[in-house]
Amino acid sequence: MAAPPSTGTGAPSPSARAAGGDAERPVPRVRVRAPGEPRKVAYLYLAPAFLFYLLFAFGPLVYTAWLSLFDWDGLTVGTWTGLDNYRKVLSDPDIRASFVHSFELIFFYAILPVLLGLFLASVIAHGRARGVTFFRAVLFLPQTVATVVVAIAWVWIYAPDGPLNEGLRAIGLGGLTRSWLGDFAWALPALGMVGTWVTFGLCLVLFLAGIQKIPHTLYEAARVDGASHFREFFAVTLPGLRGELAVALTLTVITALRTFDLIYVSTNGGPGTSTTVPSVLVYQNAFSNGRVGLAAAVAVVLTALIFVVAFGITRLVDRDPAR
Amino acid sequence: MTTARREQLLSYAVLGAFAIVAIYPILSIVLLAFHRRSDLVTGFDIPDRLSFDTFKQAWELGGFGRGLLNSFIVAASVSVATAVLSTLAGYAFGAMRFRGSEPLFYLLLIGLIFPYEATVIPLYYVFKDAGLTDSYWALILPQIGLSIPFGTFWMRAFFRSTPISLVEASRLDGASSLATLLRVLLPQAKPALTTLVVLVFMWTWNEFLLALVMIQSDDLRTAPLGLALFAGANRTQDPTLTAAAAVLVALPVVIVYVFLQRSFIRGMFAGGVKE
Repeated sequence: MAAPPSTGTGAPSPSARAAGGDAERPVPRVRVRAPGEPRKVAYLYLAPAFLFYLLFAFGPLVYTAWLSLFDWDGLTVGTWTGLDNYRKVLSDPDIRASFVHSFELIFFYAILPVLLGLFLASVIAHGRARGVTFFRAVLFLPQTVATVVVAIAWVWIYAPDGPLNEGLRAIGLGGLTRSWLGDFAWALPALGMVGTWVTFGLCLVLFLAGIQKIPHTLYEAARVDGASHFREFFAVTLPGLRGELAVALTLTVITALRTFDLIYVSTNGGPGTSTTVPSVLVYQNAFSNGRVGLAAAVAVVLTALIFVVAFGITRLVDRDPAR
Repeated sequence: MTTARREQLLSYAVLGAFAIVAIYPILSIVLLAFHRRSDLVTGFDIPDRLSFDTFKQAWELGGFGRGLLNSFIVAASVSVATAVLSTLAGYAFGAMRFRGSEPLFYLLLIGLIFPYEATVIPLYYVFKDAGLTDSYWALILPQIGLSIPFGTFWMRAFFRSTPISLVEASRLDGASSLATLLRVLLPQAKPALTTLVVLVFMWTWNEFLLALVMIQSDDLRTAPLGLALFAGANRTQDPTLTAAAAVLVALPVVIVYVFLQRSFIRGMFAGGVKE
């Protein structure tokens, strides 16, 4: 589960606001209404939810941080090693490479779909196409299919005799065919494109909804001023989509950093370690190699990275460029 | 008018092209599943007959009846429990004022962002010590905990959007806070609750890592876990069987999605991507 809560489809406020980026910044908060009188009974309503959350989600997170300070094989008694595991995370070339792979995936999961989505949303916004509901539903479909199923579909597409290679042969590009997921150089980008496929529809649909909320008068004013499509995009569309941009980037970057199912099912990190990402290392070290402490340290670093990225994006996009 | 017309056509072309890209990978395994192993399928073949043999075979070989049932039990329990607990907590955050409401809410928001990959290690060892791995509990309890941040956030937004006058009127009538919730607010909460239940159900249904870690017994495998193991065992010999199994596992959620896509999309914007 992840994500920066937006304000849903209705309210126009900057959607990423609630993601927590403002936790330490005293924002002048305009209370539309005080939510009722002070009531102690509130704690009673909160208790069951917090019990489950603290026991099964937040608690284990803290416990993982604790485990990361030990050398533990999962069976015998662990030995306290302080920050040794973190030193290993920083120095081990395979672990470092796994984080580099994650950053490459961010390009495919987040940057590419957002750029593509922005461009296409601005093209479509001019056309005012009807029947958007239908397209929206289709474009969203990849989000609903289990990642294990997605992995199986794409393993087939990338297979030596699969649709991709067949298609290349059919158009006379047989020289380009290869075993995509078995290729040291191509496996990671190939998996990255799967990520693009999964997140692209989400970005496009999000931006289309955002563009519809931009007052039409702004576009008319831009046209009266003789602005080109290009100027219009940077002057009207992009500023108007800042909230949606924050949501899309946060969601997709987190998805990229957390990728596990897709890689575990399709390549299991191979060939060699060319598609190994941190979450795969967490799994392998904790449950196959008996290096639980190290696995916990990788998990903690990954978590820290996700927090930094999520808060960073919120900050970046929330800043008003006009000032 | 002609420019407008051209722009509209361009929009349809763009939308259409990307709709095809979005649907092709899914369609390709559906087509593959209708082939037989002996067909030597290549990329774009349309099957020459409509036969459900592969599905039957995959169903029997992979024990997917059991897997789908397990997934249903887990997903239904998690989504119902999450809806109840999140409604209560969202009511407190959205319609009451109390000390510490902001810090508590931020504590919960952390749960929206952190990767649950980081919780799986201690969850496994704690559940193992309690003798609870290889049980529905090992899948249900952690996923309730992980779904509550989104659920509470979602329900809080709903309670904030309902007119405070309703709550005040009910209180003036002498109704307790619980009676206000049950009789005044909940009857209006149906769309919000539908979205919540549908999303949590989908996320739980599609979940893989927790099942991979917690479940060893064949009888307790969830559908995605069974599918991953089945694919590992059959892929090289017979891709058509794996494709059929994949379709079986994806189908229930896709059917629900077709009917309730508005609910899905509304909720996804608000909050989450869970793999």
